[in-house]
Amino acid sequence: MSLSTKSPRMSPIKIMQNRIYELLKQGKRIDGRAPHEIRPVSISTSVIEKADGSAMVSMGGTKILTGIKVETGTPYSDRPNEGVFTVNAELLPLASASFEPGPPDERAVELARIVDRCIRESRAIDLEKLVITEGERVYMLYIDIYVLDYDGNYFDPAVLSAVAALATCKIPRYEVRNGKLERVEGESMKTPIRTIPVSVMIGVIQDRLLVDPSPMEERALDTSVILGYDSDSNIVSIQKNAPGLLSLNIMEQIIELGSKKAEELRSILVEAVGLG
Amino acid sequence: MMTESKEIKLIDEEGRRVDGRKPDELRPIRIEAGVLEKSDGSAYIEVGRTKIFAAVFGPREVHPKHLELPDRAVLNCRYHMASFSVDERKPLGMTRREIELSKVLREALETVVFLEEFPRTMIDVFVEVIQADGGTRTAGITAASLALADAGIPMSDLIAATAVGKVAGTLVLDINDIEDKYGEADMPVAMTPRRNSIVLLQLNGRMTSEELKKALEMASQGIKKIYQLQIEALKKRYSVVSLEE
Repeated sequence: MSLSTKSPRMSPIKIMQNRIYELLKQGKRIDGRAPHEIRPVSISTSVIEKADGSAMVSMGGTKILTGIKVETGTPYSDRPNEGVFTVNAELLPLASASFEPGPPDERAVELARIVDRCIRESRAIDLEKLVITEGERVYMLYIDIYVLDYDGNYFDPAVLSAVAALATCKIPRYEVRNGKLERVEGESMKTPIRTIPVSVMIGVIQDRLLVDPSPMEERALDTSVILGYDSDSNIVSIQKNAPGLLSLNIMEQIIELGSKKAEELRSILVEAVGLG
Repeated sequence: MMTESKEIKLIDEEGRRVDGRKPDELRPIRIEAGVLEKSDGSAYIEVGRTKIFAAVFGPREVHPKHLELPDRAVLNCRYHMASFSVDERKPLGMTRREIELSKVLREALETVVFLEEFPRTMIDVFVEVIQADGGTRTAGITAASLALADAGIPMSDLIAATAVGKVAGTLVLDINDIEDKYGEADMPVAMTPRRNSIVLLQLNGRMTSEELKKALEMASQGIKKIYQLQIEALKKRYSVVSLEE
């Protein structure tokens, strides 16, 4: 079940919308950024010793922590020679007054599925290299994303933190000896990464675009789109994630802007985790 | 999404698809409005082997009451698949996929329904997929918008939708289940044809910017055809009523 929540058409938001649009026309935003300017990003990896991989990412005031735990298990029957990964996301109640405790709601489910799609569809992880014995035993990566502080746009930093955690993840090595699965003590391997996916959230107000919206901007937007890009500038995922109209013409502008911003975010990520 | 399987030829030498269609050809579509008795509005759609019912209740009282909005109706949308609609039985209850699709369907419908006409009420939209063979969210929203119109709920336009995929390097309109499983990309698009604007857009899979633009154009052509079928279905439903008067 999906229910309408806030009331975007109520007058205070309408007034903000006009203000934001007027500023955009002058090339400005409420927090002093340029329309196509992303907030400062900081990435620190391996912040949780007990996790096999982890990364804390902040983008402006939004703070995301991703932890990865690796287990072994049986592969899916239709993919006997591939490892498995799953993405889960939680909007923690300490991150915002609008988040409530409990099982993941539709926003958290959407976030997890968008991050999953960015990683899966870009084929970022070489899953065939995560097999211990074909058809029987594979590595399983549990990628869990926690939104710790919500100050708008949790999508892009969530993808950054998931990929940063993956890239720095140390997968504990297992081997089958005498028919028994055993941990090879002290040995680990890097996640086999093929491409570095990033996502870009783009907001639309009338005929103007902005990136990385603040919470106030998110409420005032006509609509927004999140695009995922791989290292070769292919688009690997799209999600229009709010009500509202999107003309074909605006969509073309979004595609162009997105690929530029994706480059920018990827270079920040590559620098932080040392991938090349 | 899997890489292209060797056994299945998604595009043959003559450029035909697994079900014999040309790349820009829709599957046979059947749309009917007013198919269920008790709901305020309903619709049924078949797109190839994909079969879906949609029903609308309301505007009616909001339950629970604290969900009501002072300035407009609450739109409640549920996209759900029957356990037997897919190859391997789907467990009962809502999967994460169904939760996500309910959200994107609601957001698309909210864009065209004049919710501010009915403050403090709720409009329920239920989409039940009884057989899934690809393109269920797009067929689902096509049926849902028709059910809303059948319920007499004021809207700026109907929503028509289809998915464009990429299989064996070729862009194809209205992909089916096999093409989705073994192809390289699946992009569901829903539009409001009168405004020629997108109300739902997702992409799973890899496309270049150029392919994406072409795919959107292709979707918009297909959507225009589906829109005509929706209008015919509405006319068919209400011409009967006018004869009786």
